[in-house]
Amino acid sequence: MYRIKQHPILPIPSRAKVPFTWKGEALDAFEGETISAALFAAGIRVFGHHPKDGAAQGIFCANGQCSQCLVLADGVPVKSCMELIRAGLAVEPVEGLPELPRTDPRASRLTTARPIETLRLPVLIIGGGPAGLSAAIELGRRGIRTLLIDDKHRLGGKLVLQTHRFFGSIEAVYAGTRGIDIATRLENEVRSLAAVSVRLQTTALAVYSDGKVGVLVEGRRYALVEPEVLLVTAGAREKNLAFPGNTLPGVYGAGAFQTLVNRDLVKPTGRLFIVGGGNVGLIAGYHALQAGISVVGLVEVLPECGGYKVHRDKLARLGVPIYTSHTVVSANGADAVESVTIARVDGSFRPVPGSERSFDCDTLLIAVGLDPVSEFTEKAREFGLPVFAAGDAEEIAEASAAIFSGKIRGLEVARALGHDVGEISPDWYRTADILKSKPGAVVPERTPADETGVFPVIHCNQEIPCDPCTAVCPSGLIEMDEADIRLLPSFAREKGGKGCTGCEKCVAICPGLAITLVDYRKDAEFPTVAVPFEFLKETLKAGDRVVVEDTEGQPLGEVEVGAVRALKANDRTVIVKVRAPRAYAKRIASIRIQPAEASEPLGTYVRRTADDTIICRCERVTAGEIRRLIREGVRDISEIKAVTRTSMGSCGAKTCTPLIHRLFREEGIPDAEVVDQPKRPLFIEVPLGIFAGLGEKDRDHDDE
Amino acid sequence: MTTNRNFDVIVAGAGSIGTPAALSLAGAGLKVLVVDPLASVGQGSNKRAIGGLRATHSDPAKIRLCLRSLEIFATWKERTGVDIEWYRGGYCYVAYRPEEERTLKELLVVQKASGLAIDWLDAPALLEVVPDLNPEGLVGGTLSPNDGHASPLLAIRAFYDRARAHGAEFHFGERVTALTTAGGRIAGVRTDKGEYSTPVVINAAGPWGAEVAALAGIEVPVRPDSHEAAVTEAVARFLEPMIVDIRPAPGSANYYFYQHHTGQIIFCITPSPSIWGTDVRETSAFLPLVAGRMVGLIPRLKNVRVRRTWRGLYPMTPDGFPIVGWAQELEGYMLAVGMCGQGFMIGPGLGELIGRLVLGAATEDDRETLTYLSPYREFKGQERLK
Repeated sequence: MYRIKQHPILPIPSRAKVPFTWKGEALDAFEGETISAALFAAGIRVFGHHPKDGAAQGIFCANGQCSQCLVLADGVPVKSCMELIRAGLAVEPVEGLPELPRTDPRASRLTTARPIETLRLPVLIIGGGPAGLSAAIELGRRGIRTLLIDDKHRLGGKLVLQTHRFFGSIEAVYAGTRGIDIATRLENEVRSLAAVSVRLQTTALAVYSDGKVGVLVEGRRYALVEPEVLLVTAGAREKNLAFPGNTLPGVYGAGAFQTLVNRDLVKPTGRLFIVGGGNVGLIAGYHALQAGISVVGLVEVLPECGGYKVHRDKLARLGVPIYTSHTVVSANGADAVESVTIARVDGSFRPVPGSERSFDCDTLLIAVGLDPVSEFTEKAREFGLPVFAAGDAEEIAEASAAIFSGKIRGLEVARALGHDVGEISPDWYRTADILKSKPGAVVPERTPADETGVFPVIHCNQEIPCDPCTAVCPSGLIEMDEADIRLLPSFAREKGGKGCTGCEKCVAICPGLAITLVDYRKDAEFPTVAVPFEFLKETLKAGDRVVVEDTEGQPLGEVEVGAVRALKANDRTVIVKVRAPRAYAKRIASIRIQPAEASEPLGTYVRRTADDTIICRCERVTAGEIRRLIREGVRDISEIKAVTRTSMGSCGAKTCTPLIHRLFREEGIPDAEVVDQPKRPLFIEVPLGIFAGLGEKDRDHDDE
Repeated sequence: MTTNRNFDVIVAGAGSIGTPAALSLAGAGLKVLVVDPLASVGQGSNKRAIGGLRATHSDPAKIRLCLRSLEIFATWKERTGVDIEWYRGGYCYVAYRPEEERTLKELLVVQKASGLAIDWLDAPALLEVVPDLNPEGLVGGTLSPNDGHASPLLAIRAFYDRARAHGAEFHFGERVTALTTAGGRIAGVRTDKGEYSTPVVINAAGPWGAEVAALAGIEVPVRPDSHEAAVTEAVARFLEPMIVDIRPAPGSANYYFYQHHTGQIIFCITPSPSIWGTDVRETSAFLPLVAGRMVGLIPRLKNVRVRRTWRGLYPMTPDGFPIVGWAQELEGYMLAVGMCGQGFMIGPGLGELIGRLVLGAATEDDRETLTYLSPYREFKGQERLK
């Protein structure tokens, strides 16, 4: 019932059913899915209650880094987002403190203990996402023995969640191809390289001062790896936000959402609200619509969205209201999100009283930016272990930039190991910089004056690193200054005697869905406009009346659908043809999908009175408690920790640390006065028996 | 910034000893300044202590000091309303071999004579107290039910708050750089931030005790070694006492662990040979070493998930006993160093003793205690329950 049964981009595999129980009730899961996916698919979103204050707990990071999704699996506490379902598994919520499973107290019954092995090799790569895979390819091609570890069940990192076509350069980073497919390409190449060994479900736990890296292998065995060079490509973690109700189940990161929807193929929500207008939030909204989920709205605190304008426009055109200069005031509900309250902000980003509005929703995505997973890099630097970082683990940017920086870092690692890699071209570094660059200036849209023949209209009016359109035109009519793929493409009517044939390739490939084709040849008064559309073909059919909109989502009029075409060559991008009046045909950029009712506010606004703005979600420490200490003069985060238990929880201070810094800033304390707390291992919690070298058999328990 | 202010006492070190000492001194009406180079209270070794509190020692001095500490910890909440997560879980030293049985039984004599509530339990009786203990080869062990544990973080905070309420001043991020003397006695303290005059300086600088003593031209035989510790996730209570296993094994001497008030297991191991120095960076050797021993002692621990590890310093002395008393070389200079990793449990009792000593109100018991801890003893003995 909460599963995605069809999707315009993702294949829905047929999987075997696996029975399991939740609180004793028999349920079905699919083989190979995580416990959290199985629970969400059954409509279960509350996984337990916190021992301190009874607060409901549920999915938060969906990335194995926090412990909010803890459940008891056959009596043992596990992270439900990482643990796969097994036939017959008895899953229970964690209510208060879990009981440690009982075992035979006779130590002689432990028979499998073996010493912890140390593996020495040239390169260890932590993280098999775009950067790690690209680096592994460079190293593997040079025959350099490399171990690539990743904590997930498949390679690709966050690429496997990206259903959209990628920006960037076709030549350097497969632009125009969907993220999911780039993952497969990179993985296939890595798998073909004999020098690279891959370990999945394998998590780095710590970089130690003796130059060894503690690794949990396949979730069940501890090993030490002693690499000559460490490459950290562990990606990023999502930033969080402090507001009342911010830890209710249903409030989680946009990345977590993409995991649930695009990896786990569950429909975790019916009505979604998004906080943050960067690329991550905008894309999550788009992915939600593709999965058949209503997107009620998106707030962005700044006057403009920070993400690519094409992403913003895409979402707005599908019928999602984007509230800029707005913030979230509270998430409301008892045990889970029932509504969200937003408000306009003033010049200092404070909510303007009286401007509050509430919306019915069951999920609130927090997409307010990412932080690099930098702890391994920092420890390695501190301990003098040669280390490189690439991708988001080095600097937050687009996945295309991660692919390219991984490639460069791979060569740099090879060089550091004494391999002759020649000179790494300065052009590469320049390309890397271009791929990471923030979106540039918005220029007024240049609509061609022509109204004859057939030609593309490029609704791309912001400088971003992207060039696929220039490569697909068979007549080479779409051009861009080769020196910099951030510049805007332009269309030349004719070149070498050839003009536009109306092949629609440019329409299909544009990752921003920002190219349409207007054809005046049949009827100059009612030209046909070809519009890209990444939804199921069946959504529309010839004869439907649809609202068409301009680039930014302003409705232009209602027109009739002429044809809906899904060509294999267009790789799941459907082309919809509408006939529209000459007056606005060239301005049409898209078709509205979501009805206006989906995003209407509630009649009155919902005020949340509980003082439950949580900074440390593991230990349930409120913003109020921490502010009080800051106002008393506390500047050492270790002192805040000592008094409140903030950051003593299972996530390892990953979630609260940026929020604490933010509180200091809000209290007017300069960063330089704040003393940070030391970071300590372990990266995730691991059973003691694993460090004792106990095998699987010995780690079972026998309370039955 | 230069200041010149007068204090009755200046304490070097806002840690396990300096903070309760400041509380006693300020509580007695003295004007106290505590100077510490770190950013806030207890950021040196105190926060790295695992929280065990015992009077189960091998000598009358520490037994006496710690009995008083235990009283302070155990009654803190009812006296002040502040929770320091005290839990009276007891301490249990286990014996699996005749060697440990003999050592523990020998110690019972002095422990009982010093007023400690402690008894030998044979294996069946011990298993009633700790049912999850490996029964194979278990001979028995001692149980001292009045021992327990508390949160070092909350306890030092409580002492700090009370000390400040009594008017004690704490300067963090400030380092003592020199002592000023006049006529063979203390006249004041110079720091990297200012200068203060005082007739009394107390060296409570923990692992840096020898360096701070050197500023007074005094040599004390304190040098730190390091131990690693870890804390797990919280689970429902299943373990009452602190478990101490003093059997040596390759790579380690003793190790010990308990279940904290929060439900978390906190554990620590003593490396053998000792790792001397002030390096507190985490090592890869610790977890496999301690995990094997703990799981062998209580197999049920195999499923408890380890959350975090850290490493702290034990300011060791040649015989394993603290160094406390007035310096003979420089009048007005007191040493309260070399707690050998037991500063947290000794602190409150010693803090009171320091208060009496400064006020000239030492008792007969205090004088006896101080003979054991004298800076001028011969350091010939050896603590048997380090």
